[in-house]
Amino acid sequence: MKTVRPERWIPIGVAVIIGLIVLSSALYVVDETQQVVITEFGQPVGKPITRAGLYIKKPFIQKVNYFEKRLLTWDGSPTQIPTSDKKYIWVDTTARWKIVDPLKFLQSVGSERAAQARLDDIIDSATRDRITSTSLYEVVRNSNREFVVTEVFVQKEEEIGEVTKGREYVSREILKEAAKVVPQYGIELVDVRIKRLNYVEEVRQKVYARMISERKRVAEQYRSEGQGKKAEIEGMREKELQKITSEAYKRAQIIKGRADAEAIKIYAQAYSKDPEFYSFLKTLETYEKTLSGDSVIILTTDSELYKYLKSTTK
Amino acid sequence: MKEEEIRVNPAWPPSRNWIGLGVLGIIILVVVFSTFYTVGPDEVGVIKRFGRYMRVTDPGLHLKIPFAESVTKVKVKRIFKEEFGFRTIRPGVKTLYAPDKWQDESLMLTGDLNVAVVEWIVQYRIVDPYKYLFKIRDIRKTIRDMSEVVMRMIVGDRSVDEVLTVGRMEAATEAQKKLQEILDSYESGIKIVTLKLKDVNPPDSVKPSFNEVNEARQDRERFINEAWQAYNKVIPKAKGEAEKMVAEAEGYAVKRVNRAEGDAKKFLALWSEYRKAPEVTRKRLYLETLGEALRKVGKIYVIDSEQRTILPLLSLEGGEK
Repeated sequence: MKTVRPERWIPIGVAVIIGLIVLSSALYVVDETQQVVITEFGQPVGKPITRAGLYIKKPFIQKVNYFEKRLLTWDGSPTQIPTSDKKYIWVDTTARWKIVDPLKFLQSVGSERAAQARLDDIIDSATRDRITSTSLYEVVRNSNREFVVTEVFVQKEEEIGEVTKGREYVSREILKEAAKVVPQYGIELVDVRIKRLNYVEEVRQKVYARMISERKRVAEQYRSEGQGKKAEIEGMREKELQKITSEAYKRAQIIKGRADAEAIKIYAQAYSKDPEFYSFLKTLETYEKTLSGDSVIILTTDSELYKYLKSTTK
Repeated sequence: MKEEEIRVNPAWPPSRNWIGLGVLGIIILVVVFSTFYTVGPDEVGVIKRFGRYMRVTDPGLHLKIPFAESVTKVKVKRIFKEEFGFRTIRPGVKTLYAPDKWQDESLMLTGDLNVAVVEWIVQYRIVDPYKYLFKIRDIRKTIRDMSEVVMRMIVGDRSVDEVLTVGRMEAATEAQKKLQEILDSYESGIKIVTLKLKDVNPPDSVKPSFNEVNEARQDRERFINEAWQAYNKVIPKAKGEAEKMVAEAEGYAVKRVNRAEGDAKKFLALWSEYRKAPEVTRKRLYLETLGEALRKVGKIYVIDSEQRTILPLLSLEGGEK
């Protein structure tokens, strides 16, 4: 076997390495999540590439600028904004956007970070515009949905008006306003949402105080309701009691009356046969009953009994 | 001849052939490793060829074109969880929660312009690995942001009482639906498995007054119970007494009628005999009765029929004492 001399190997190796370098500079991969703009000495060349795959370019002189193709996040910092009814609230918005025209994007903003900064200004001002022209309950509420009442009804200290827009509507308005400005940057604003909404500290303390007084009123209402109910039951008890006793009395009297009447009838029927005999018997009965050991009898000489006594003593 | 040399002289440095073999071996290993890949039981493999999406493979051992194709594994079976308003440090039988309050997340305005502290969790699963990988960049952040958006929107449409009590379930269901809608509109490839409300409370400084309402509600029940108790103590007794009264009246009635009948019968019996010889019987009855009666009487005074007054007699009686 012949051995190859190293002197022959060297040029081949060098050629291969140079070839590889050139190839790696000519070939580039576009990922599914990316889109690409090719620039030649800073000058864009051809159309942006948005389809993933393996591509070829002029080595060294052309540069690949990668941009994100997916939906991106924008998160604003909370800002203090007064509503149209002069309530100060913290508003924190979040948005979703994407690069739809990488060429324009490259030319106008260049990088994602710069784009985020632009969005800060645009969305913040759109949010401010919308919130300041909307009343608080319109931002908080989403619809005119009726609350389910769980506690006793207590009149609100502060009447909440009719909701004509609602939060989703306001969010959409912000989106609409902000979305008008962004196409010049090659950006599409997909969604803007109000993430957090809170009272500023001083207002919050006032709201807490109001909540407390509201609760106290509810508690008061419960107590007085309980007492009212109690009195009602007591009244019912008294009424029932009177009804029961008086009805019983009524029934008893009717029964007794009926019996007395019956008795009278019976007596009358019997005694009317000979009233004179009846009164005679009754008189005797009375004597029998009334006379006792303490009784003193005074007889006149002409009385029947005296005659009788005389006859027996003879 | 070469081999013999090796056998004869195996010492370092090895011959050039050995280096060649070693390099070849490494190359083969690399090729094998980038050709075969395994997908775990709770995931799928997403295959890209030069960055372009090709296919999704199921769990198991698979082949791909080395170097040109790459695999990204996505855990499609696993359920991920996000917590809002609290953080679990260590789950377990006695779950340990972070002591911080995370009120930024949980403090929200209710529809009656009050404030509630709402804590909740969201569980989700990746159902479409393609969308999951290629449609949204920061998907976890998106889920978190949108959960907050939705929860505040839902709570903003309910009164504080509702969120604290009866509306919990309904609010969670509604929020889950809304969140899914938003994530679908972003083509996230995410399915929300559950959204559950955990603790829902009034803010700390308002809590005592909420408790007071509960106490008052109990007071109301107590008042009512007391009244019923008194009612139950009196009414059945009164009913019993009423029955007694009626029964007594009935007893009286029976007695009265029976006596009347008895008296009447007696009278009629006497009368029917008396009728036969009225004069004699009359005299006899009179004298018998009085004779009997007089025996019991202590004193008998006889006065003349001419006597006008009985007074002297009575004073005489008094003087005797």
